[in-house]
Order: sequence, then structure tokens, then C-alpha cells
Amino acid sequence: MHIHKFEKIWLIFGITTLIVFLSVIGVSAFYLGNQPPSCLATINPEKVDTTAPFDEPGLKKVEGKEWDYELVFVASAFAYNPGQVEVPKGAKVKVIATTKDVIHGFQVAGTNINMMLEPGYISEYVTTFDKAGDYLIVCNEYCGVGHHMMSSKIKVVE
Amino acid sequence: MNTTSINPKVDRRDGKLAMAHFYVAFIALAIGGLAGLLQTLVRSGKFELPSWTGYYQILTIHGVVLGLVLTTFFIMGFQLSLVSKTSGTLTDKQRKTGWIGFWTMTIGTVMAAIMILTNQASVLYTFYAPLQAHALFYLGLTLVIVGSWIDGAALIMAYTSWRKANPGKPSPLLTFMALVNTLMWIVATIGVAATVLFQLLPWSLGLVERVDVLVSRTLFWYFGHPLVYFWLLPAYMAWYAIVPKIIGGKIFSDSLARMSFILFLLFSIPVGFHHQLMEPGIDPAWKFLQVILTFLVVIPSLMTAFSLFATFEMFGRSKGSTGLFGWVKKLPWGDARFAVPFIGMLAFIPAGAGGLVNASHQLNQVVHNTIWVTGHFHLTLATSVVLTFFGISYWLVPHLTGRVLTKAMNKLAIIQGIVWAIGMTFMSGAMHAAGLLGAPRRSSFSTYGGSEQAAEWIPYQVAQAVGGSILFLGIILMLYIFINLAFFAPKGEEEFPVGEVADEAEKTPMVFENWKLWLGITVLLILFAYTIPFIDMIENAPIGSKGYKFF
Repeated sequence: MHIHKFEKIWLIFGITTLIVFLSVIGVSAFYLGNQPPSCLATINPEKVDTTAPFDEPGLKKVEGKEWDYELVFVASAFAYNPGQVEVPKGAKVKVIATTKDVIHGFQVAGTNINMMLEPGYISEYVTTFDKAGDYLIVCNEYCGVGHHMMSSKIKVVE
Repeated sequence: MNTTSINPKVDRRDGKLAMAHFYVAFIALAIGGLAGLLQTLVRSGKFELPSWTGYYQILTIHGVVLGLVLTTFFIMGFQLSLVSKTSGTLTDKQRKTGWIGFWTMTIGTVMAAIMILTNQASVLYTFYAPLQAHALFYLGLTLVIVGSWIDGAALIMAYTSWRKANPGKPSPLLTFMALVNTLMWIVATIGVAATVLFQLLPWSLGLVERVDVLVSRTLFWYFGHPLVYFWLLPAYMAWYAIVPKIIGGKIFSDSLARMSFILFLLFSIPVGFHHQLMEPGIDPAWKFLQVILTFLVVIPSLMTAFSLFATFEMFGRSKGSTGLFGWVKKLPWGDARFAVPFIGMLAFIPAGAGGLVNASHQLNQVVHNTIWVTGHFHLTLATSVVLTFFGISYWLVPHLTGRVLTKAMNKLAIIQGIVWAIGMTFMSGAMHAAGLLGAPRRSSFSTYGGSEQAAEWIPYQVAQAVGGSILFLGIILMLYIFINLAFFAPKGEEEFPVGEVADEAEKTPMVFENWKLWLGITVLLILFAYTIPFIDMIENAPIGSKGYKFF
């Protein structure tokens, strides 16, 4: 099949750009470890309240791990537990969350902490809170009539 | 070479079938557009809905009626008229099949609509379990899909009989394109049919207690991304094969057009995980694989862009334009059949760029489920695709009803396109900006307990309402033009423009008609991208979810 010379140049340019772009994403994902939250752990969604660590939601200092704190959230229609939490500035935190009922979102607005919470699954994301201030957590997946009321707050303190 | 059109015009009986589809599509535009306007007003914080309805009910109407009903009906009507025009009048059996498809889809739409209006199905058009709608809602959507298969069967029958009557010849380009889109649609909708029939329907009827949420989402998104290409490909048909004729030029290359459609068939289905990047139960390596497959559709998109602008430039130069961009002035800017789809093409440039962000393994994390995504598909679907559909209507509706597009309507149509562009610039621009700041999509107005961050989003939400109001004005204009063209425009002959291939283009290879080959590769790619993660999901499944009705 005949392909016009300019079209060849255009496609070679386009495909090269595509390869470069995908390589950047690939290196970032597999070498630098910037993977999306894909914790493959499951949980019984009806027994969240009695299953560790969700029996004690909130911030907990941990020793001997790659992160300093674990921040545990339980989502249910239409609230997060805890409803507000303080985190020391500079702390490396593993956010661990799940839902007791329907699908919820978990986004710390304006950051790249963004996860889907699905019944039966645990979602995790490791991050560092570098800047002091108040961060709003919103549910960004429709969960019912009170969806837009569902929020929590992280206060990053000095 | 491309076979020139057989029918000087579409048979009136086929025209009626196509028009029936368009009536439903434009009623959907009216209802869905009104729902959209109300949403932007509510989100500005300055307007409240009456107590008998709610934001999420309106949002469900908007999504179902515009995303599923308008598009499916318009596309099926358009494709049937393309086949009737380029491959010959439908046989009685084919036409009857088309009517059965139409009524099946319509009955399904009405069933789903009743459930939404009585607030028994405010689950949005994505209907994610374990939010549980009434069984009739799922059944209604099933009928819409089954009806579209029956419509598709009519089209496949027409294609098959053309091939039988013309052995060894490539099928007419527009018939070929409609066929590719139909095949892609059938392969893709198997996913959503599977989750509805085997999971959601028995569960909502109470026959089984629990549903596997991740499996259901995966089946949904197996369908959910090809769905957007199902919307886009008819616009591409118009851009590739109809717009060249409208401007008075030629199709750049028949073979390249076919190749890009085949590439869309191959690469638009095994990519659903890029909608599920933020989900807990899927291994990141498999997510990354589907990200790569997603990006492969960039190639046919680049081919399309090249082909379109090559057509425009060749046409301009044939009219004696000089310089690098002199040909731009030679294009028929006063013709709504060209100018309106052209605005759609322009919108596709930022829309495509935004799509690359959404599909990226890590960039997605910033924008996932923010209103940025809503802004993105209001550029792709609600501008590129919809304006092209409007541009198609401006000649197809009068052609089918035996009327003409008058000068006054042509002018109004161009104004409509400009109004749309302005409205969308405000609305989609504000959505993109607010999304980057973290404002969620699919949420009613909220100050989130007086949060400072949420307060920053409100000016953008006001801008969305301004854009939404302008867009609603555009919808009123469009409905006025449609009603005029369907019922009141002067009687006459309106041309059905079918592009011809440039003289210097080469013979179309027959390999493009080898469906065993292309469907075989499609299935292999799907199996490659989905089998192992799917087995994973089922083997490691948590206990399923009971239904919840939080609406």
C-alpha cells in the first residue's frame, strides 16, 4: 500500500513521540516506583469495623517500615472515619483505606493522593506531606444522595 | 478504486427508518440538554432544584439520555442511511430488521426512563454496583443494546449482500466504515451485556444475594472505552468521506482511511483498565499494558488528522492558493455542512491532548474523577462528535425528508456552531481548571463545611453555569433547525455528499475486507489484555456485595 512521503514523516514523528512518552511513563512506573494505588489485598466489607487496622481508624506511628506513620480511613455513606486528622509536617505516611458499603472515592484535593475505595478491597498509597496547611479529602465517586457532603480533613502541622 | 455511489438518493422507506432514529435522538437532546443546564445552575450555588427531584436524578437523566440514547440512535440512523446510499436500497427483510431494532431500542429507552423518573434508578449512566437500581432499569438498558445489535444485523446483512453481488471488489468506503463501527460495537457491548445479564439483573431481581463489584466494573469498562470510539467513528466517517465532497475536494486516500478504521477496531477494546487505574484490585503491570494499548490509538488519530488537512490543502491548492496556509482562505466557511464539523475537528486537538493525560499511568492520579474528566468528554463527545452530528443533520435530514437546507437555516446553523464553541470554551475550560484544583466530578454543590479549598472552586462553577446557559441556547437553536428541516423547510432535493477518491490514490487492497483476520486479531488482543487479570479477579475475589439504595 502506498503511503505519501509527508504522511510517512508525520507518522514516524508521531510514533517516535509516542515511544518516548510511553518510555517516560514506564521508567517512572517501574524504575522510580510511581505506580497507581493497586494494593491487591481483600477484606470482608461487612466486617470492616472488627478487622485490623480498620478497627482503629486514624494516625498511628509505626516502626521498622519504609514509612513513619499509617493513616487508616474507613469510608461509608456519607462520611469518613476519622472526620479530621492531624499529620506532622514531613512525615512519610501510608494511607490505608476501605469502604463498608458502596464504592467511594478518596482524593486529597489538589494532590495526587487519589484512590477508588471498593467494597471488599483495601486501597493503599504512600506519600509524604511536605507542606503545612489544611487539606480537604473529598469523595469523588458518586455514592448516593449525600455524596457531596462526604469529606474529611488532613491538617498538616509543624 | 472506490465504487461511486449506487443510489442517487436514499430510498424514502429507508429514509423513514433513519428519521425514526433521529426523532428519538433529538428528543433526547432536548431532555438531556435541559438536565445539563439545571446541573450547571445547581453547581453555581445560586439555584436550587424543586423538592420533587434531586441533582443525582437529573444527572442520571443527563448521562443516560445524552451519552447512551442520543448517540446510539443517531449513529444507527446515520449508518443505516450510509449503507442505503452507498450499497443500495435495503431489502424488505433488512429494513424490517432495522425497524425491529428501532422499536426494541425505543421500548428499552422508555423502560429505563420511567425508572429514572420515578427515582428508582438514580445510579448515573455508569450504574456502578453495589448501588442497586430497579431491575427494569437494567432490563431497559439491555433492550437498548439488543436493539442496537438488531440494527447492526440489518447493516451486516446489507454489507454481505453487496459483497455477494460484487465479488472481488472492495465495498463502498462508507459502508465499510459503518461495518467496522458496528463490529466494534458488537464486540464491545458483549462486556456490558455480560455484567447486566449475569450479574446485575439476577442480583436486582433478588435471585442472587451478592455481586462481585470489581468483575462488574471491569466488564463495564471493557465496553466503556470502545463506547467513546463508537461515538467518534461516525464523526470520522463524515470527516474522511463526506466533508471532502462538501468542500469540493477529493478523499486523500481510500486505503489509509480503511487502515485507520481497522486500527481503531483493534486498539479500542483492550484498553478498559485505563479507566480503572486508581482501583485496588488490579496489578499495576496489567494496568500499564493497557495504558500502552490505549496510546496506540494515537496512530490512527494522527493518520486521520493528516488525511483531513491533506484534503483541505489539496483542495485549496487546486483552487489556486499559494503559500503555506493560503488554502485556508479557499475553504467554504459559509457552508454550515463544512464549518460546523470543522469546529468539532478543532475541538478535538485539546480534547485529544487531555485524553493523553487521562490515560497516563501517573498523570491520571491528579485528574481521576475530578471535573477535569467531565471537561474532557465535553470536548470530545459533546463538541467534536456532537457538532459533527449536527453538521451531518444539516444535509441528511432534508435529504431524507425531501426538503432543502435554506440560506437562512444555513446561517442559523453556523451561528449555532459558534454559540456552541463559545459556550463550551467557558464550560469545558472552567471544568478543566477546577479539576486540576481537585474539584470532584458528579457532585452537587457543596462548600464542604466551609473549606477554603472548596471555596476556590466556586468561581469556576459559576463560569460553568455561564457556559452551560450558552450551550442550552445552542440546543434550542439546533432543535429549531432540526424541526424546520424535518417538517417545514421547502420541498426539494438536498445532496447526500459522498466523497470520491483522489485520482492519484492507489488501488484499495482487499485485505481490509478479511474479517476473519481482523476479528481474530481483535479477539487475541482482548484475550492478551484481559485473561490473566480476569482470572486473578475471580480467584482472589472478596465476598460479594449486597445491594444499596442510597437515592
